[in-house]
Amino acid sequence: MVSDKDVDRLVQDLAREAEAGGYHLNPDREFTRGLVRGLLANRERYGYISCPCRLASGNREDDLDIICPCDYRDLDLADYGACYCGLYVTADVEAGVRTPEPVPDRRPSPVERRKKKEENVTVARAPGDLKYPVWRCRVCGYLCARNEPPETCPICRVSRDRFERFV
Amino acid sequence: MQYVPGDDNHKVVLYALSTCGWCARTKQLLTDLGVGFSYVYVDLLRGDDQGIVVREVERWNPRLSFPTIVIDDSKAIVGFREEEIRKAVGA
Ligand code: SF4
Repeated sequence: MVSDKDVDRLVQDLAREAEAGGYHLNPDREFTRGLVRGLLANRERYGYISCPCRLASGNREDDLDIICPCDYRDLDLADYGACYCGLYVTADVEAGVRTPEPVPDRRPSPVERRKKKEENVTVARAPGDLKYPVWRCRVCGYLCARNEPPETCPICRVSRDRFERFV
Repeated sequence: MQYVPGDDNHKVVLYALSTCGWCARTKQLLTDLGVGFSYVYVDLLRGDDQGIVVREVERWNPRLSFPTIVIDDSKAIVGFREEEIRKAVGA
């Protein structure tokens, strides 16, 4: 069971990390606490904090795109002022000068995801003539040229397996 | 499926996740409106049980997103769309 104390602690950690990176948690405290409780419930069930508003498979590789912060957060913040769950909001929404719009789920459907997975297996990478490969963080778009992606994204703090080879 | 008793003018089925804020708001809205409805937390189902319900949801909403609300076995509302939900249940 997820305790209130665990929820408080994670809310604090997320708020600190968010502000440090230029992101903002939803100021509706009760709503935010509910979502954070969901993140912790998912950590207990699956071993990672997958999105509280999406159905996880329990297979980390298949759920990578919806481990919070998900691959869709920044796109939804830009288009709607909030992430799909409403855990993260833009500065103007946080300040109360803009009301967030309902966010449709932009995660591809299960059928589309299966198709993409098969394509990824068959498509070979185009060889570049760069000295180093370029890696892109799928969550925030951070780019770096080095042999391996960093262990943790220095911008949005997600783990190495959230990076894709960009060039 | 759990049943919340109330006004049964329409058959209302709510497919939800136990962890999702918008699902909680939808459930609260239906309760406040006094609508009788059935609901199921799809994330709490295991194995085959979950598979069966997932296919049910996908019939109405191929994106398999939550909440999905099915009214009178004929119309689905995806997401916490308050006005649409109110209209569909006639409240
Ligand atoms: S950032 Fe993505 S995963 Fe995290 S709560 Fe928002 S929608 Fe869900």
